[in-house]
Amino acid sequence: MLEIFTKLADLISFDLLGLDPSKHFSQSVHFFIEDTTKIFALLTVLMFIVGYLRTWMSPEKVRDWLDGKPKIFAYFLAVTLGALTPFCSCSSIPLFIAFLSSGIPLGVTMAFLITSPMVNEVAAVLFGEAIGWDFTVYYVLTGTLIGGFGGFLIDILKLEKWVEPFVYEAAFTETKMDGPKLSAQKRVKMSWDETKDILNRVWIYVLVGVGVGAGLHGFLPDEWFIEYAGSDNLLAVPTAVIMAIPLYANVTGTIPVAEVLISKGLPIGTTLAFIMSTVAISLPELVILRKVLKPKMIAFFVFYLMASFIVIGYGFNLLY
Amino acid sequence: MKKIEVLGTGCKKCVTTENLISEVAKDLQLEVDIVKVDNPIDIASRGIMSTPAVMVDGNLVFKGGVPDREEVSLWLKD
Repeated sequence: MLEIFTKLADLISFDLLGLDPSKHFSQSVHFFIEDTTKIFALLTVLMFIVGYLRTWMSPEKVRDWLDGKPKIFAYFLAVTLGALTPFCSCSSIPLFIAFLSSGIPLGVTMAFLITSPMVNEVAAVLFGEAIGWDFTVYYVLTGTLIGGFGGFLIDILKLEKWVEPFVYEAAFTETKMDGPKLSAQKRVKMSWDETKDILNRVWIYVLVGVGVGAGLHGFLPDEWFIEYAGSDNLLAVPTAVIMAIPLYANVTGTIPVAEVLISKGLPIGTTLAFIMSTVAISLPELVILRKVLKPKMIAFFVFYLMASFIVIGYGFNLLY
Repeated sequence: MKKIEVLGTGCKKCVTTENLISEVAKDLQLEVDIVKVDNPIDIASRGIMSTPAVMVDGNLVFKGGVPDREEVSLWLKD
């Protein structure tokens, strides 16, 4: 189904622009046209579907579902809902306080908070398109596993002491809103607005990412990475994880680059570690979380995530 | 004068919501008191989990997104 974009790129670059397919430059142009059209089409369709389904989800519902569930089941539910419910990072503090003060354990709350940004639907879609849908599955599974285990670790280490004490003193009573139920029409409008909003935010990163990818695609020698950052280079995975931290929110631009890097021999584990680190560790998010978590907890959070990504990176490099 | 509170910790959607409300108020030539509530603890203590949210004279009218222009003018008018 997606060959249509290859054909479109053939048509524009070779027939319309009359470029010579054997030249590096033409290859880059072809890659740029194919990837941008494909990514924008996929993002629009999938974000709309995801957005529509999401009109049935809210942090309030998640809290109600988690409340009073047996712990093991609550963890499972927290990571599943975390993967499905992205929330604006500016909601994370009210959400954190509301979860804890309604008696949901810290571990379960953290499992939800870690998984939610890490399993990012834009990343999942681009991952599938650029690298392979089997990797979307690995990405989602490892993401939920890291979230669940992180929460569990916080629980068994009894890290409640690293939460600012006022959180436990806060009393949260949900303010209900009356009003008519959402009509189907309203849901469609909401999901379309959300889709436009996401496209508005990411288009520039897609263009830059694909542009850089296109440049590398045409000019970087094949297997360049095998020589410099192959799986036998043990420093490559930690370096990738650290390099990814300041790239936050640009995951849409990172993946088209990753696609080219993989084709030039960058190992899949290193790439996975890099992308997960791009989405999950965000400095602005940490600054927000500092309001409710003590510095020790923030440090634990960052080190745990970095360590997990490094393990995932090595693991996948060994397997592939 | 109506008191409109926009709850949110400063994300883009919160700013959009706030601007939309002042625009609509201007169009309708209504004077309103728009208050930004950006302290997360204040937001939680008002019983709100999804932001941006909007309260009119203490009543929650909207949460978890950017409202429509029509919705906003309804809140301001009645």
